[in-house]
Amino acid sequence: MTTWLYDGSFDGFLSAVFDLYWQRRSDVRICKELAYVPSLFGPAIFMPTVMANAERVWAGLRKRLSATGLEQLFACYLAEIPREEDNMVGFIRHVFAGSENVETDFGNAYVLRVSQLSRMVHREKHRMEAFVRFQHTAEGVYYAVIEPDYNVLPLITGHFKERYADQDWLIYDLRRHYGIYYNHKKDVVDTVNLQFKPAYLGGRDVTAVWSPDEALYQQLWQTYFREANIPARSNRRLHLQHVPRRYWKYLTEKHPPR
Amino acid sequence: MSERILEKLSILADAAKYDVSCASSGSDRKNHNKGLGNAHPGMGICHTYTADGRCVSLLKVLMTNHCIYDCAYCVSRKSNDIKRAAFTVQEIVDLTINFYRRNYIEGLFLSSGIFKDPDYTMERLVLVAKKLRTEHRFNGYIHLKAIPGISPELTHEAGLYADRLSVNLEIPTEAGLKLLAPEKDRAAMIRPMRYLQQEITRFESEQQTMKHVPKFAPAGQSTQLIVGAGQETDRDIISLADHFYRQFRLKRVYYSGYVPVTTDARLPALQSKVPLIREHRLYQADWLLRFYGFGPQELLSDQHPDLDQDVDPKLGWALRNLHWFPVDINRADRLLLARVPGIGMPTVKRICEARRFGDLNWEQVKKMGIMANRAQYFVSCKGLPPSRGDLNAQQIKRRIIDPAAQQLSLF
Ligand code: SF4
Repeated sequence: MTTWLYDGSFDGFLSAVFDLYWQRRSDVRICKELAYVPSLFGPAIFMPTVMANAERVWAGLRKRLSATGLEQLFACYLAEIPREEDNMVGFIRHVFAGSENVETDFGNAYVLRVSQLSRMVHREKHRMEAFVRFQHTAEGVYYAVIEPDYNVLPLITGHFKERYADQDWLIYDLRRHYGIYYNHKKDVVDTVNLQFKPAYLGGRDVTAVWSPDEALYQQLWQTYFREANIPARSNRRLHLQHVPRRYWKYLTEKHPPR
Repeated sequence: MSERILEKLSILADAAKYDVSCASSGSDRKNHNKGLGNAHPGMGICHTYTADGRCVSLLKVLMTNHCIYDCAYCVSRKSNDIKRAAFTVQEIVDLTINFYRRNYIEGLFLSSGIFKDPDYTMERLVLVAKKLRTEHRFNGYIHLKAIPGISPELTHEAGLYADRLSVNLEIPTEAGLKLLAPEKDRAAMIRPMRYLQQEITRFESEQQTMKHVPKFAPAGQSTQLIVGAGQETDRDIISLADHFYRQFRLKRVYYSGYVPVTTDARLPALQSKVPLIREHRLYQADWLLRFYGFGPQELLSDQHPDLDQDVDPKLGWALRNLHWFPVDINRADRLLLARVPGIGMPTVKRICEARRFGDLNWEQVKKMGIMANRAQYFVSCKGLPPSRGDLNAQQIKRRIIDPAAQQLSLF
């Protein structure tokens, strides 16, 4: 078994898929360069990304899949799960094997996996749309940090751009070290990489640059969260199911003042 | 200054929390002016959950908890000795905007105790909504309580700014209302519901024929019924809900298990438990009415006036109607498949799409998100081990709610 390594981009993956077809190979596994663990079972070759080839594969998929089907495949890529490429390739082969749209052929194991994994990724997307907590800085930017399980920034950009169109905001993924920044005057979202001063604990604590009102509104929100609870109905299991502990770190309401 | 606002919020959020509605869905307000916010057409967003597991999507507060009425079941009633407070219009506007900008909430749910008279109170609620929409170009979700007894003009104005309006009936039966809220008149509560329904319908039809018709309560109206304060059966409650859905095209009926807040001979004692399971079963039954094509008389009847506590209403129905089963996974009509315990609507959709590519076997179906240990007794398809045989309803029920019983019976 040969392993083909790609640069980690979605285009890189599609470009490698193109070569699978071009070279009529079925004994090749596709893998991210950075995720590759050398194995005993054969050589690894780096395949450079050829944009034109990636686009041809994408165009082919667009002919056979709906917008939803395309988005589901992309979501599987954003899941960043090692070896998930095997299933994605299986899915793509199944798509190209017939002329019909097979994205709902859930009796097929590849199709089922794509639909299930993309549902998990979209659930995380939904959670991030809910759990982002902006902190207003003295410079006027609404700043939030997240550490999602999956790489969902590309999926939530549209939502935040549409919603917060009259304020500047920045959502930073600390796990993947990049963020999305919206400048409302220019009406564009840029991808940014930041170097944080030591005082900001790697971006986790920006108390030092809060706007004058920020502390009060956090306190008001914590008060609201406390009062909205009805102790006679307490149901901790349900609470944890909706707000798993791993998300608490950045939820303002979970950090009442000491 | 900040002390005072914190205290007000604490009092007026505490007083508002018994109103269960927190939905922020069903509107379709876009951010059309590059202002602040939008309201989702589909699912709303729950930004957090309280320790009791309820969704928090709106800033839910009372304008004031002063009230001239004395409804027995309500914390804010006149005769209750509690701290009182009132927000100014501007304070609520500032809280809403600042919470929204930080992504804490989807919008505002504003209700109020009645001070002076209904119209005077409602004018202030409408003013909050108007300021948010016009001065702050706010497109997020706004839910206003329509205070019983307000004028049609004010109801109309409220509909122009709010996404949703609600009149809470609270007590399901007329007799119950007489007993617990003698100052309230059921007819006066139903009147604004009917008025709203007519206006919503009128605006919708105008929107189809004319351009530039303003929105009028695009997320419709809802109501709330308190469960377990009076003597009503589940059948009374579900029939009333069904009537509301049909007559007034209500978007939602909410059920609120009564939380004892007072000592009053007319009400359950202070220590009594909140009827949480009953409330949960009512929501399940409501869901079956709205999305699964069940009629109220299928779920509840003279012989069966209350929902089972130990099984959900769909399973309960199936066990009383075993002659409908088993249904064929590969041939059955959509709505019939949806009646199978353990198979929900999303899975029904997936099964129907997948079976176009060829017959499905049990192994495949199991992986599509069904609860196999339930569904197995009610379906047929290739590869399904014969599980139902001659079991009667009692036996099936026991195996489902107590899987250990099944293994024991082997010995
Ligand atoms: S009118 Fe409303 S706020 Fe006043 S006592 Fe009755 S339920 Fe409570």
